[in-house]
Amino acid sequence: MARLLYFGRLEDALGLATETLTLPSDIADTSALRTWLDSSRQLGGALLELTVRIALNDQIVSEPCPVTDADEIAFLPPVGGG
Amino acid sequence: MICLRDTAFEPTEAMREFERAASGAGAIVSFTGLVRETGTQGKVSTLHLQAYSPMTERGIRSAAEEAERRWPLTALSIVHRIGNMSPGEPIVFVATASAHRRAAFEAADFLMDYLKTEAVFWKKEVTEQGSEWIEPKPQDYSDRNRWSGTGD
Repeated sequence: MARLLYFGRLEDALGLATETLTLPSDIADTSALRTWLDSSRQLGGALLELTVRIALNDQIVSEPCPVTDADEIAFLPPVGGG
Repeated sequence: MICLRDTAFEPTEAMREFERAASGAGAIVSFTGLVRETGTQGKVSTLHLQAYSPMTERGIRSAAEEAERRWPLTALSIVHRIGNMSPGEPIVFVATASAHRRAAFEAADFLMDYLKTEAVFWKKEVTEQGSEWIEPKPQDYSDRNRWSGTGD
């Protein structure tokens, strides 16, 4: 199962901060994941924004990047500093 | 020392501890940031700060290492709050020690610019108007850019 983390305003948009789920078999990379999640949760594009970066297993990746069911996948809006 | 904590801290205590760690230095500079009463949406009742551990700590450690490469520091301390804070509460404490003042001043300023712009934090202000996630201001980036290409 993949572990998904949503930070900042995405936590409010999704209504949760973390979830664990089995990725559909046709979701092979970050780009497909963004599109699928955004439309299935009816987010109106919040996960498609280019300023939202994705970290796989705690490392920010260049996209599209392959994802698997064993990954921790974090959605990171622009960081605001402290 | 680098520390993220979700409970209140006393800057004077952090300073005393730092003075012990920096014993022998000729100059110590410290900065304390407090939660402001007025935010972008009015009077703030709560400031919420979120981190992604260990990515947040890793980034701060790497900024601290860069400060140590650029300036001859003998000690350095960063304490940063996460979680819910009220106006007036300390949110960040940075202290640097060196043989002479300039290195300590500049390194503390550099670290604060990093913490205010690039550090992996998400910040939510709660006011009477509701709550809002605050994203970076252009001014924060230009402050940070002051340091590019200097001190290498």
